[in-house]
Amino acid sequence: MAATSSNGHATPDAFEVRILRQAGPGQHSYWERHRVKYEHDMNVISVLQRIAANTKTVEGKSVAPVAWDCNCLEEVCGACTMAINGHVRQACSALVDHLLEDNPNEITLEPMTKFPALRDLCVDRGRLFRSLQRVKAWVPVDSYYDLGPGPKQSREEQEAAYPLSECMSCGCCMEACPQYMKVELTQNEGENDADFETRQQEAYDGAFLGAAAISQAVLFNANPTGKNIAGERLDALMGEGGIQVCGNAQNCVAVCPKEIPLTTSIACAGRSTTRHALKSWFDR
Amino acid sequence: MAKQRVMVIGGGLAGLAASMKLAELGIDVDLMSLTPAKRSHSVCAQGGINSCNDQTRQLGDSEWKHFDDTVYGGDFLQHQPPVKEMTDWAPKVIELMDRLGVTFNRTQEGFIDRRRFGGTLYKRTAFAGATTGQQLLYALDEQVRRWESDGKVTKYEFWDFLGPVLDENGVCLGCVAQDLVTMEIRSFRADAVVLATGGCGLIYGRSTMSMVCTGSAVSRSFQAGARYGNGEFIQVHPTAIPGADKLRLMSESARGEGGRVWVPRTSQDPRDPKNIPEKERYYFLEERYPEYGNLVPRDIATREIFDTCVNGGLSVEAGRQCVYLDLTHIDADELTRKLGGILSIYEKFQGVDPRFTPMKIFPAVHYSMGGLWADYERTAEGGLQPGSPRNQVTDIPNLYAIGECDYQYHGGNRLGANSLLSCIFSGLFVAPGLENLLKSQSSSAADQDASLYEGAVRQHQEQHQALLKRPVGKENPYLIHQELGDLMTKAATVVRRNDQLEAAYSACIELHERAQKCSLSDTGNWTNQNVVFTKALLDMFPLAKSILKGALQRDECRGAHFKPGFKMPSLTGEDAGDRRREAEAWCDRFDANNEKWLKSTVATWNDTEPDIDYEDVDTSLITPRPRLYGLAGAEVIERVWRERQAAKADRPGGNRATKSGETATAGAATS
Ligand SMILES: Cc1cc2nc3c(=O)[nH]c(=O)nc-3n(C[C@H](O)[C@H](O)[C@H](O)COP(=O)(O)OP(=O)(O)OC[C@H]3O[C@@H](n4cnc5c(N)ncnc54)[C@H](O)[C@@H]3O)c2cc1C
Ligand code: SF4
Ligand code: SF4
Ligand code: FES
Repeated sequence: MAATSSNGHATPDAFEVRILRQAGPGQHSYWERHRVKYEHDMNVISVLQRIAANTKTVEGKSVAPVAWDCNCLEEVCGACTMAINGHVRQACSALVDHLLEDNPNEITLEPMTKFPALRDLCVDRGRLFRSLQRVKAWVPVDSYYDLGPGPKQSREEQEAAYPLSECMSCGCCMEACPQYMKVELTQNEGENDADFETRQQEAYDGAFLGAAAISQAVLFNANPTGKNIAGERLDALMGEGGIQVCGNAQNCVAVCPKEIPLTTSIACAGRSTTRHALKSWFDR
Repeated sequence: MAKQRVMVIGGGLAGLAASMKLAELGIDVDLMSLTPAKRSHSVCAQGGINSCNDQTRQLGDSEWKHFDDTVYGGDFLQHQPPVKEMTDWAPKVIELMDRLGVTFNRTQEGFIDRRRFGGTLYKRTAFAGATTGQQLLYALDEQVRRWESDGKVTKYEFWDFLGPVLDENGVCLGCVAQDLVTMEIRSFRADAVVLATGGCGLIYGRSTMSMVCTGSAVSRSFQAGARYGNGEFIQVHPTAIPGADKLRLMSESARGEGGRVWVPRTSQDPRDPKNIPEKERYYFLEERYPEYGNLVPRDIATREIFDTCVNGGLSVEAGRQCVYLDLTHIDADELTRKLGGILSIYEKFQGVDPRFTPMKIFPAVHYSMGGLWADYERTAEGGLQPGSPRNQVTDIPNLYAIGECDYQYHGGNRLGANSLLSCIFSGLFVAPGLENLLKSQSSSAADQDASLYEGAVRQHQEQHQALLKRPVGKENPYLIHQELGDLMTKAATVVRRNDQLEAAYSACIELHERAQKCSLSDTGNWTNQNVVFTKALLDMFPLAKSILKGALQRDECRGAHFKPGFKMPSLTGEDAGDRRREAEAWCDRFDANNEKWLKSTVATWNDTEPDIDYEDVDTSLITPRPRLYGLAGAEVIERVWRERQAAKADRPGGNRATKSGETATAGAATS
């Protein structure tokens, strides 16, 4: 039966999904093919749900279910990032009808490559959250007691800040960035969890921050209270793995699902760090 | 005494607010969550957060009126002191969030802008674009990250709470949890544990909630002895976009701008909707409610859409329930200007442009008003005692519940934009109580005998191993989950009938037994999502049974719980005298019904079934009054009811009238 999809195209009874799998860190990766019955309004998450409910490959072999990450299913939590037909994006907003229009034969799913692999489509994005600590991406308020309202802000200020504050730490911009290199450590024999964690954070701290964290530094440096520690953020941007690593390739801005003006943020951060460097030099 | 610490389970608004406030008080916090805190379900909230504010105040608003709207909207089923305290705090909560950098929309002059939401006459709702929940969550997440880099908060993200650890006196001294990556099961010592684990929408299969909203942590605490309150009160939103994986919210403003709801008169008419002539379309809301049309209150819209599809068999599609929400008669440019934001959500997820093709929508489970029973300490003025360790504590000493997972703030029905408020408020408010609890204790969990924790871990390990060893080829957990979702959606959402509830309860028992025979497709010990899901599925049953049994026993209509067999009647009398007599009888019946049913449902788990009990509600501050929206004869009933209140108030020792001295006119609270 040839049905039509919600946008009027002929749809297949079923389609193939090719998934790059990996059982755990350090293990080899391999492709596996699954056949999924077509349903209306499917996205990649529902494809993965169908595969989880019936874990047989195209060859009829029973296999362990595919592991993947998701939560909101509305493209606001950033959990479900993966490469779909070669493009890094969210699985929840990747619609099967559209994917099949581009390639009627199959959909390919791969994990991101810039973060350590955990299993199948799951990767460890701890470094991305660590970057937010490095640039002190918060407003340094005195306390959480009732101290009245915050500073008044103009519409223009709000409209400039809001797009930057929509960053959902999804990782797309880092995956696409030619300067963002994977940092993957393995726990040594006899090394306890805490020591391993410390060593890992040190390694993260020496590596590139990535576009998202740079943009967050810009966001908080523009906040009326946040700017009170602007210098500390600029120091972080100028340190090892800071803004100087950026080669201005502009891949980041092209893949950001929230259309955050990342290159504008990077340029702004560049100007501020230059000023900050000069000022620090004069203040010496 | 070794240093004390608090374990917070859940990194949504409630859990983060509690964590940062505890850290500020100098308490060491462990924060555990299934997802990184920043990816918690709270990011989904779009609309906003309520408080009385400088502008509404000058139009006659007050904290008291916000309180009044909240309890009226909840059909008076919530204890009033916690609600009063929350609405008193609301302006302060928003000011704090403003200081923390939330990008609230601004007025031209630079003040926080407000919009109007359902169930009130005032513009109380502050918002940040269409992603208010996300923006609030990020501000709290950033503060907790700040404490994390100072070493005051330790995060355990990608961990699953398996249950509290109780000593021989039943006091909670920590918990057992499982690492979702390495599958390690271990215990955590804590002098208090705070559950902030959100709602349980996944019991209904698909809902507007996120994938981790299974209610697992709540159920595990319920099974460990905490009671569960008002389970049957589940809010269903009328317009959501049915998806294969999730039901996504479609804002009410689509109807506000002229959207029309209809189905083809012939069931499953295969034609393109645009080719179906006007006379073959059934605009059922407009026909049944000529006065209000498509803008009937949400609960009515929800019931009618449901009835048309489920009982009328007129769903647009054969395989699933949905009706058309049609905007195509409105100029496309005008639509873009007024509704651009929400229309793009539809387009993104449905791949169809709703300006040219009617949307397909259906009601969806949206919020659980019920949750873990929690205590409070009342002041003489009717608020909460700040710093009391009794606030938010469950039946298990030292185990607390805050946010959507407690039962306390929303009664029979939640008002829109009040949940983000209750989450942040309860998170902030619980912290000083915990501080006093820790101060009052003479020993610390760190000094406890290790055997207590080892025993608890062993028990969970055994259960885990037993699951992994289940014989292959038996029940499939994902299919059982689908069956449970279908069963719950059919029996315990919009319209509830005792025969259906009874049948569903038996079916639920049977399904629970089958679920215990699930086979796993993954028996490994590394990122095994299959076993984690199966555990969550098994733990859905105690809550599902509590919802069904609570609904079955509650023979009345209140808030989101609608049983047509027990509906309060409209007046039918022709002349004034008849109407007056009917209205008197109506008011008698209203009083008698409240006498019997103005009570919280409280369930206790007895190992196989919930035992249901009822608890009186503290309505000492605002006298419960009828909700009369859309009822024929509402004016007469209201007059009689007011006269009776006045007579009672005149009697010495009579009921206290509402402080504002007014009774709200008829109006259905919305969500
Ligand atoms: C689509 C949508 C729109 C909404 N819009 C609004 C609105 O405009 N205004 C409003 O006021 N309300 C709104 N709500 C309701 C509101 O968003 C929620 O009630 C609120 O965000 C719940 O917050 P919470 O902190 O209680 O829990 P959540 O944000 O749900 O967080 C729960 C946390 O608990 C963790 N957790 C759960 N189980 C476990 C476990 N077993 N082990 C470890 N951790 C666990 C999760 O990982 C998560 O971190 C909306 C809801 C939906 C679905
Ligand atoms: S502009 Fe900089 S951060 Fe963006 S992709 Fe290029 S190198 Fe990476
Ligand atoms: S900046 Fe954009 S792409 Fe990068 S993490 Fe944030 S949302 Fe994702
Ligand atoms: S699941 Fe949240 S972004 Fe896809």
